[in-house]
Amino acid sequence: MNKKKLVSRIVSYSVYALVLLFFIWAIQNRYFEYIFSETNTFLLLLKQHIQLVAVSSLLAIVVAIPVGIIITRKSFRRAEWAVSNTVNFGQTIPSLAVLALMISVLGIGFKTAIFALFIYSLLPIYRNTVAGIDSIDENLIDAARGMGMTPSQILFKIELPNAAYSILAGIRTAVVLNIGTAALAYVVGGGGLGVWIFTGIQLFDNGYLISGAIPVTLLAITVDYLLRVLERAVVSNGIKQTGDM
Amino acid sequence: MDEWMKFLEVNFPRIIELTIEHATLVGLAIIVALLIGIPLGIYLTTNNYLAETVLQIASVMLTIPSIALFGVMIPIFSIINQGIGFVPAFVALVLYSQLPIIRNTYTAINNVNPEMRDAAKGLGMKTHQRLFRVEIPNAFPLIMAGIRTAVVLNIGIGVIAAYIGAGGLGVLITQGISRGDNYLIISGSVAVAILAMIADGILMWIQKRYTPKSITN
Amino acid sequence: MITFKQTTKTYEGGVTAVNKVDFTVEKGNIVVLLGPSGCGKTTLLRMVNRLESISEGQIIIDGEDSMSLNEIELRRKVGYVIQSNGLFPNMTIEENVMIVPDLLGWGKKEKRERFDYLMDMIGLSPDKYRKRYPHELSGGQQQRIGVIRALAADPPVMLMDEPFGALDPIIREKIQDEFLQIQKEVKKTILFVSHDIDEAIKMADKIVLLRGGEIMQYDSPSEMLVRPKSDFVYEFFGKDRAIKSLSLHTIEDLKNIIGLVEIDESIQDTKTINVHHDLRNTLSMLLNQEAEQVIVLDHAGSKLGAITIDLVQKYLHYEIKGKSSSAVKG
Repeated sequence: MNKKKLVSRIVSYSVYALVLLFFIWAIQNRYFEYIFSETNTFLLLLKQHIQLVAVSSLLAIVVAIPVGIIITRKSFRRAEWAVSNTVNFGQTIPSLAVLALMISVLGIGFKTAIFALFIYSLLPIYRNTVAGIDSIDENLIDAARGMGMTPSQILFKIELPNAAYSILAGIRTAVVLNIGTAALAYVVGGGGLGVWIFTGIQLFDNGYLISGAIPVTLLAITVDYLLRVLERAVVSNGIKQTGDM
Repeated sequence: MDEWMKFLEVNFPRIIELTIEHATLVGLAIIVALLIGIPLGIYLTTNNYLAETVLQIASVMLTIPSIALFGVMIPIFSIINQGIGFVPAFVALVLYSQLPIIRNTYTAINNVNPEMRDAAKGLGMKTHQRLFRVEIPNAFPLIMAGIRTAVVLNIGIGVIAAYIGAGGLGVLITQGISRGDNYLIISGSVAVAILAMIADGILMWIQKRYTPKSITN
Repeated sequence: MITFKQTTKTYEGGVTAVNKVDFTVEKGNIVVLLGPSGCGKTTLLRMVNRLESISEGQIIIDGEDSMSLNEIELRRKVGYVIQSNGLFPNMTIEENVMIVPDLLGWGKKEKRERFDYLMDMIGLSPDKYRKRYPHELSGGQQQRIGVIRALAADPPVMLMDEPFGALDPIIREKIQDEFLQIQKEVKKTILFVSHDIDEAIKMADKIVLLRGGEIMQYDSPSEMLVRPKSDFVYEFFGKDRAIKSLSLHTIEDLKNIIGLVEIDESIQDTKTINVHHDLRNTLSMLLNQEAEQVIVLDHAGSKLGAITIDLVQKYLHYEIKGKSSSAVKG
């Protein structure tokens, strides 16, 4: 094994070791105890967290993709500048603020959190849908039109399949982002694992902190991995893939 | 409108103070992140296996939800009695910035036209000469883009630092939430957005000014 | 058969890209639209399948006015090949080639048989490439696939927009030859846009030379070379149009008109050439070899005589002088 590979192996093993060390230390300090002593609460929070993410992501997909498609149609192109800039600006507003502002509009609770998370997930999906469709060589569309494909055939047989990789990457980004932002749902009374994280901070209780933070982290990492696998499986072999996102 | 005027009159000094606090936290974190990230990114161009490993680690880092990372920093740093406040927030922000900076530095230098690299080698330039006179100047735009991403990212995430006692503009928002005061929330958010835009603007200006003119785009 | 009647294209702002163009493409002919950049050749082509709208005038395809058909139906009846070949990266080779038949609702068996037939026509194994993807093939292979894709639904008419432009010269020549072979079999009516004079001379039954959206001359390649109707046409084909016209004649033509010379047996190391070679290549060979003569063989290998540079020159003079009493410049 050459020297470079060796160095790389050493580094990755060291990182694994560090992570392991962390877990050992956390277990020794009984930081994970609440998961076992208050299992029902834990599972409830977990379920809430997943619900928050699932519902808001689904809504975002259902809205952002069609909007992205419509914006790239010839007749709506002129609106693109306005729409894209609005969505972009929306993203600079801190997620926490979005959640907080929703309180005055929708009150406290699950629905408020869902709505705020939904708004927040729109950008990555919208932007990647537009970018994916835009990246398609114009000549392909010309050839398709010239052959007598109807606009909807062009959309479904050419544009979407070729943009699929980009769109799925956007969905993945949005969902993983969502898992993190959902941890803030506590602030609007939306539940989720954030409840333990904040409780931990406020009560100076590292147990609640770790028992909330680690599951959220693991959830994010796992979902990211699974979606990447899905991406690779679904996107047609014919489309060359250019590197990592 | 009047209400706003009144509110701003009373609170403006405080907003500025918190903005400076926020900017300081983010600024310091970025500087440290650069000091670690750029040399690392450059070093990685010499070892592709290591690059893959390091990039994967950094990318996983970004996947970790911000509040969770802040949260985990607390018990770790309470060992040295710095569990709350500046230190955990600072460390978390440094970690978050690593991916954009390292990845962009690495990609940018790698993507410098291989022909240019070849020409430099052919002219007899040594590795560090090549690096500093040819590759880095050409990679500059992309590296700056990575820095801009990291800065805007950190300004946004820095808001949450308020929850672990690190101050910053997040305080306006969190206080606004607990008091039900929308003015606080809105002014906090707008301040963050403006800070992000100004920071991005300054960095873009630097990017344009220092990109060697011969590089189009 | 395609007939253009006073066909015109004007853009907003008053720019006229195609100006009252009148001509007919005979059935089974390849007509090349040739001309400088911006002369309207691509626009004219795209008006046939209505990718560009027709401002005035008509285009009649096989007796039907192109506007009388629904846009989509029209395009499915006209084959369309573009320079970048436009193969869809997300579809297999088979899916790509059979896309129009698929849109038209052909049965699975019909499609398969047609695919096999078309692939054989271009010399690619159907089973080997069926499930492959475009990016796995070379540029030349992709372009061939692009051509048979246009032929898949057996349209009477084909439109080709610089289809071989992106290929390197060696591959291009080979594919041009192959295409001419295919055309002998399928005898399509083809409108072909090119900016390459040599390609036009080689491929065309007739050439339409366009400038500023108007037809300067519409004739067979040899007529365009030998009897240009205007200064522009003369200049366009270049001062070497005489040499260019040599490519349209073979040694056999020369033999039939003025005959070959006796072989000079005393000359050593004489190269041989087949009687079917064109005169331009022959002249090149004579000049390259610094040879005084080259021996001409028929397909069986028997010697027919010799050819020299002098002889080629004589033939050229005969061709140009004999036919060009009405040429603008001597």
